Amino acid sequence: MPLVNGGKIVDDSFVKLAVDTPLPEGGDILVPAERFLGDAEGLLKRAGKVGVIWPNNRDIAELVPYLGKVAAVALVFPTFRDGRAYSQARLLRERYNYRGEVRATGQVLRDQFVFMLRAGFDAFEVKKQADAEAFMQTAKRYSVFYQPTGDGRITALHRRMQLRHSEGVGT
Amino acid sequence: MYAYDEIDRTLVNERVSEFRDQVKRRLSGELTEDEFKILRLQNGVYLQLHAYMFRVAIPYGTLATNQLRALAHVARKYDRGYGHFTTRQNIQFNWIKLAELPDALADLAEVGIHAMQTSGNNMRNVTSDQWAGVAPGEIEDPRIWSELIRQHTTLHPEFSFLPRKFKIAITASDHDRAAIKIHDIGLRLIKNEKGETGFEVLVGGGLGRTPFIAKTIKHFVHGRDILSYIEAILRVYNQYGRRDNIYKARIKILVHELGIEKFSREVEDEWQHIRNSSLQIDDEVIEDIRSRFTYPAYEKLPHMPDELRQAAADPEFEAWRKNSVAPHKVPGYSIVTISLKPTGGPPGDATAEQMDALADLADKYSFGEIRVGHEQNLALPHVAKRDLPALWKALDKLGLATPNVNLITDIIACPGLDYCSLANARSIPIAQELTRRFANHELANLIGRLHINISGCINACGHHHVGHIGILGVEKNGEEVYQITIGGRADENAALGTLIGPGVKFDEVADVVEDIVEAYLALRERPEELFMDTVKRLGVEPFKERVYATR
Repeated sequence: MPLVNGGKIVDDSFVKLAVDTPLPEGGDILVPAERFLGDAEGLLKRAGKVGVIWPNNRDIAELVPYLGKVAAVALVFPTFRDGRAYSQARLLRERYNYRGEVRATGQVLRDQFVFMLRAGFDAFEVKKQADAEAFMQTAKRYSVFYQPTGDGRITALHRRMQLRHSEGVGT
Repeated sequence: MYAYDEIDRTLVNERVSEFRDQVKRRLSGELTEDEFKILRLQNGVYLQLHAYMFRVAIPYGTLATNQLRALAHVARKYDRGYGHFTTRQNIQFNWIKLAELPDALADLAEVGIHAMQTSGNNMRNVTSDQWAGVAPGEIEDPRIWSELIRQHTTLHPEFSFLPRKFKIAITASDHDRAAIKIHDIGLRLIKNEKGETGFEVLVGGGLGRTPFIAKTIKHFVHGRDILSYIEAILRVYNQYGRRDNIYKARIKILVHELGIEKFSREVEDEWQHIRNSSLQIDDEVIEDIRSRFTYPAYEKLPHMPDELRQAAADPEFEAWRKNSVAPHKVPGYSIVTISLKPTGGPPGDATAEQMDALADLADKYSFGEIRVGHEQNLALPHVAKRDLPALWKALDKLGLATPNVNLITDIIACPGLDYCSLANARSIPIAQELTRRFANHELANLIGRLHINISGCINACGHHHVGHIGILGVEKNGEEVYQITIGGRADENAALGTLIGPGVKFDEVADVVEDIVEAYLALRERPEELFMDTVKRLGVEPFKERVYATR
């Protein structure tokens, strides 16, 4: 499954561990929430980055004490119709100011890229190769956004205000 | 009228290109039907019994004449020459071809119409009072706020994959014509003691298989905070709404399961985090939206012009005027409701010819504006009283002057088994039969205000729970059976109807309704006591006795 990060298809440095996979010596690991919370300190001590796979039905606030130390949070879309992870991503970025990687996993399809980018995702485990290849093009589908989110894109309401004021200058 | 600017137009066009690409990928097999289904639903496209159905939004029920002509054009070019106005200020076309949909959307986009989020588990078309901006006594035009919320809820990145659909309605009048109490969020525009605009916020209303009347979650939310408050409700719902069972996924179930107190505490906690964010709306933003609503330059006209005095001699005109013409906030003007419930016709249908002709009449007599109400009728919101006789003649020629607004034949009905893949029973033929039974205007007038609502399945698109008489079609042992309720209502005193007894067969429904009406006429204390009030006074028993005594 291709990983898109920074708009490009990249190699995934992280290895995903299950609840009971033996811990590799080094290298970057993505650990299920339960395992992570069970031994956070031990996991964070080892060499290599640690990311957490966080299920979409668990309160993301539980992860807050560790956010300064985890390199990635992988949020889950069991199907693309289940939108809980969008709220979790926004909370991570906008409430808890998390600056590490927020990764979309599960059924990640092309037609959700724009929503995901706006909610604060920056890495995408894309289900289909063709979708991953079309990432940049798809991300540019929209140039108008009605709602403010943490992604910094200017909203339609504010763009109108700017236009109003700039028109006002010359008259 | 709200005029789209370049920003709104750009977004709608970008949406059309996106959907064109999605249809292309579906037709080439790149997208599976399972993946495509949600995408097409979010663009208003359902797969029905015979063909694709296409639902187009008419936000807060306001249409300009060029927009109505564009709808007529779509009916003619891509469909079978007619459209069906729904209970949520949408219009549906029943015979669209998938491959032509992007072109139909592109044609509509040219006049600022779209089908975004008219279906799917996202925020649906924001609806409002069809008399907004013209009703006497209205606090202020709720469409300004409706438009603000429409924009905010369009392609919302966090709330486009909710547990289930989500509907918002707004009213600013004492008499609620927008049925806010049967919406996921109902907003009642009010002023606080300082004279500032805000909203009483209601939550958790809805019909379907488990109907609930919405409960007040907060008595006053200041206008500047309304987006953050809505966002807080949605965030709580998105995280905690049930996703394991489609029938328990609406917010009404969450509110019911948590209780309104606990639910409102969750919302309050969330709201405190986000209320002082960029979601706060400053006056300038409101003013900018307000400035793009244009209002007619009304003339100073007499309250009782000669034209009206003369026409009063014609009993047919008078019957129509008394029934379909309502007071306007500006003296000398009226609001004219246009019944889409002709005798024997499917409720809410209009032909392309009618739409075009109505657009011409709106240009001539209503400053180019048409409204769509949840009762599946249209309205011309700014008609000079002197023009009423001429307008009536023109409407009559088009078959659009049936004087039955709010009467027993002004029936709300879903498409039912004639079109819908979810239906268990027919709705339209029941409505048609009832309009024939009560075609006599004198009789209908004698009965007075009485709303019959018909749904062809438990999903309740025909709002049967809140009909004064509600008719629900179900399937029992391979046969259509209809359950009858009485005492429901959808206005500011919204209530759910009570079942009067065992279901009846298709060909008995009209007889049962006649029995109920006869019982009412015999039981009412005086002619002014409306059906609703008699039911409230006496309960269902006497009606039940009457209906089942001979069955």
